[in-house]
Amino acid sequence: MNELLHLLKTNARLTNMQLADMLGKTEQEIAEEIKKLENKGVIRGYTAIINEELAKSTEVEALIELRVTPKRDCGFDEIAKTIMMYDEVESVSLMSGMYDLALTVKGESLKEVAMFVSQRLSAMDGVLATATHFVLKRYKEKGIRIEDEEYDERSMVCP
Amino acid sequence: MNYESVLSSCVQQMKPSGIRRFFDLAATMENVISLGVGEPDFSTPWSIRKEAIDVLERKKIVYTANAGMAQLRQEVANYLEKKIHVKYDSEHEIVITVGGSEAIDIAIRGVLNPGDEVLIVEPSFVCYAPIVQMAGGIPVPIPTKGENKFKLTAQELKEKITAKTKLLVLPFPNNPTGAIMTREDLEPIAEILRDTEIMILSDEIYSEMTYGKKHCSIAELPGMQERTILVNGFSKAFAMTGWRLGYLCAPAPVAKQLVKIHQYIIMSSPTISQYAAIVALKECEKEVEHMIKEYNLRRRYLVEAFNRIGMTCFSPEGAFYVFPSIQCTGMTSEDFCEKLLEEEHVAVVPGNAFGESGEGFVRVSYAYSLRHLMEAVSRITKFLEKYRK
Repeated sequence: MNELLHLLKTNARLTNMQLADMLGKTEQEIAEEIKKLENKGVIRGYTAIINEELAKSTEVEALIELRVTPKRDCGFDEIAKTIMMYDEVESVSLMSGMYDLALTVKGESLKEVAMFVSQRLSAMDGVLATATHFVLKRYKEKGIRIEDEEYDERSMVCP
Repeated sequence: MNYESVLSSCVQQMKPSGIRRFFDLAATMENVISLGVGEPDFSTPWSIRKEAIDVLERKKIVYTANAGMAQLRQEVANYLEKKIHVKYDSEHEIVITVGGSEAIDIAIRGVLNPGDEVLIVEPSFVCYAPIVQMAGGIPVPIPTKGENKFKLTAQELKEKITAKTKLLVLPFPNNPTGAIMTREDLEPIAEILRDTEIMILSDEIYSEMTYGKKHCSIAELPGMQERTILVNGFSKAFAMTGWRLGYLCAPAPVAKQLVKIHQYIIMSSPTISQYAAIVALKECEKEVEHMIKEYNLRRRYLVEAFNRIGMTCFSPEGAFYVFPSIQCTGMTSEDFCEKLLEEEHVAVVPGNAFGESGEGFVRVSYAYSLRHLMEAVSRITKFLEKYRK
């Protein structure tokens, strides 16, 4: 991956000037490069990583495993695309292994998520089985610790 | 008890490390951002730690051979041949030591007779002169200059050589300046030393940390290996400071004498660390590469940021320090550091702690996360707005 993308992945709020300094380029060059990556669709968006507990969020999140029957000609794409139309669905991935699709789903309550799975997902054509796992606590997300910063054990000054 | 008469006068006259005072001051404050540390912020790569854990479970932790485990010495020899294309006989020319520090100590003690002069390139790490003094030698600083990017020039070296000169301490890549010596920079130095009886102590502890240019050891140059005691270690490159493991390489007749000192004062270096170091050399090239990449981003960020706010700063090509000038404030290095600590709670180290030629500069370590560095830069910017003349 190029260095600019790597840096944006660790912190999308770095200013163009900071990025330019680190990569030995000008601000102008960075602005152009980012524009290009956005236009080409390489960068799909920017988001924040939030400690939901501190943000007093009441949302619940679940990982859902889905076994489905692939369709002739289009494999898993059609059903995946249908599933991702639901606003409740945060992410959809095709997996290797014991099941086919992995979803993350968000809702206001356990019940809401459970109802979504039983009424919407399970009822879909081609869905063979589901397994729902609720997220109890998040420790790390996208390489960032959700709770306390790591404590720097080094002394303040040393030669 | 009259301790003054009991204690060695040489030790009593030794100056305590110049940065101790800052450390004490900083420790009393809250919310201090430190850029003062000379050790990596990365954790030791997991495969190294795992090896240490396994060794603890499986093996008896007993003394090793005095010079270090044969397999580790062989790996060190392989590593050096790959990195600097210099061949060392692992059996007779390599000693595994307790950090680079012990290697420096026994190298200096091993070559000095009372009254011998030791040329020390400055600014540099703080340990050389006190060790020379304890060995009865005379430290002779060779100040390097900002306008030469703190490289040692042939002229500066020539001026300090006398009939009593026994040893040249060559600390590159340099702590605190970040300066490196390329092959072209080293050739005129080698030329001067070639027909003398002067030995070289080449402290290459930061050899993995160069940016853009590959590290060159003076031992690579014709006729130099026979007069060079090369010191290196695991602390910086593999983020293993607390493991206390380093090594020295020297011609067999020299190593044979130095290993005697090591044998009497240390016996053998930490066994667990030695096992772990074998893994470091064999398996951790990728991890080291990753760390260097990160350091490089931070380095470029700091150099640009300091130049922008008027703390002019040459682009250092090695180690993990930048060494900006504070001339624009008109303050001494110590005043600057003290005020910065008091007013903005940022700790950097005054340049003169590393020799008088470091006056007018401060050492800034980038062994910190980018987020940490950015917060520090914004505080220093505020400070400069107040004091820039």
